[in-house]
Amino acid sequence: MSRPEDILPPDLHYNDVESRKYTTSSRIQRIQADMTHRALDLIGLTQPSLILDVGCGSCLSGEILSQTAEEGTPAGPHVWVGFDISASMLGVALEKEVEGDLLLADAGQGVPFRPGTFDAAISISAIQWLCQAETSEESPAGRLSRFFNQLYASLRRGGRACLQFYPKNDDQKKMVSQAAIKAGFGAGLLEDDPGTKSAKTYLVLTVGGGELDGDITGVVRGMEGVDVMETRRKAGTMKRGVDKKGSKGWILKKKEQQKAQGKVVKASSKYTGRKRRIQF
Amino acid sequence: MKLLTLNFLTCAIKTCKTNASSFPLHPRDAELEIQEADVNLPFLKNILPRLMWEELRTICKELGLPDLPPTPPTPTDLISGGNSTDTTEGRTQAEQEPSQTAKDLHRVLLETCIQEGKLVCGCCGHEYAVKEGVANFLLPGHLV
Ligand SMILES: C[S@@+](CC[C@H](N)C(=O)[O-])C[C@H]1O[C@@H](n2cnc3c(N)ncnc32)[C@H](O)[C@@H]1O
Ligand SMILES: [Zn+2]
Repeated sequence: MSRPEDILPPDLHYNDVESRKYTTSSRIQRIQADMTHRALDLIGLTQPSLILDVGCGSCLSGEILSQTAEEGTPAGPHVWVGFDISASMLGVALEKEVEGDLLLADAGQGVPFRPGTFDAAISISAIQWLCQAETSEESPAGRLSRFFNQLYASLRRGGRACLQFYPKNDDQKKMVSQAAIKAGFGAGLLEDDPGTKSAKTYLVLTVGGGELDGDITGVVRGMEGVDVMETRRKAGTMKRGVDKKGSKGWILKKKEQQKAQGKVVKASSKYTGRKRRIQF
Repeated sequence: MKLLTLNFLTCAIKTCKTNASSFPLHPRDAELEIQEADVNLPFLKNILPRLMWEELRTICKELGLPDLPPTPPTPTDLISGGNSTDTTEGRTQAEQEPSQTAKDLHRVLLETCIQEGKLVCGCCGHEYAVKEGVANFLLPGHLV
């Protein structure tokens, strides 16, 4: 399978044509929605929160963050800020009138928010792009380190992040998680359907301190079929038991997610046409 | 871009990070728009302690918006009837109603948006353009 990361820089790959194709594919909508729900489960928010979406693209995840708890988003609706390096992707998000704020920004250049801004961060299918050297003057290691250092600072104490990404190989997996740990995060790697074509890798990160449990074991406590093999300060690998996949809890959750997805594909919000000039 | 977001954004340039004047970024030639949204009382309560109130007042002044009170509201100020203890007693989160103070705060933070203009760093003078509500934080290589 060819990896777009190997061919073009992200802002060129996600041009107008590709961004539209990406966003209107019902297969992609479904997969991205599934992963967003999974990431939210791993973060375990307990109240409407301020969330950062790194590499938000056309905001398939953002639309889920804006949904209520009844619509299937834990502790929702949340308020979120998304940033992406592709103006075309953000253009598609603008057309959909998503509720979050959007920034054009490069994760490899950092996260331009003051310390302790966000309750949580998510990133779906984006940070593998950071392993690509954009220009000869900047190494992937340098970009990864700037990203994770500033992401760490931008989260409040006790905050959490869940970054799903597509590592090219084990080295890349290691390079990414080591950069996160070096920045100060407690980190764990979780793999869904390991070894299959639809394998998904989630890097789960915690910021110590605050009222929340900063220990990575706290994130997965009580989750079915997850073993924490190594904990804090070391990237652990948690494998989800394959046999648990058909269990009642799993099916119920899946059903809930699919119900929620019925809403996701509708590309309009209840505030369509709401704009009017400010008057003071 | 919501004024909420502007209360958290800083200059992205490395040498500004440690300088206090790199926050808040100052709007220039700003076109504002109200984008209505549902009031989210639990969110307002959650975000309240993280706001930089003085800076929010400064930005409102710079944008020509009505003055905000000199001190931030307290969490109870956000709940309708929040100051008469007998009515809030025993009410669950879900039953709480936003006060006028909460609605005003919601309007400023979540509904007042900068659609066009620039955000200027008070430290290095870098200008971040805002178009269709989206701020451009991409930096030329030598500034990273
Ligand atoms: C596969 S898309 C995923 C988009 C969105 N998260 C979703 O789940 O639909 C990958 C996104 O990562 C963005 N991206 C790649 N490199 C980036 C970088 N350095 N900074 C910010 N975004 C980046 C791309 O522009 C693209 O929108
Ligand atoms: Zn600056």
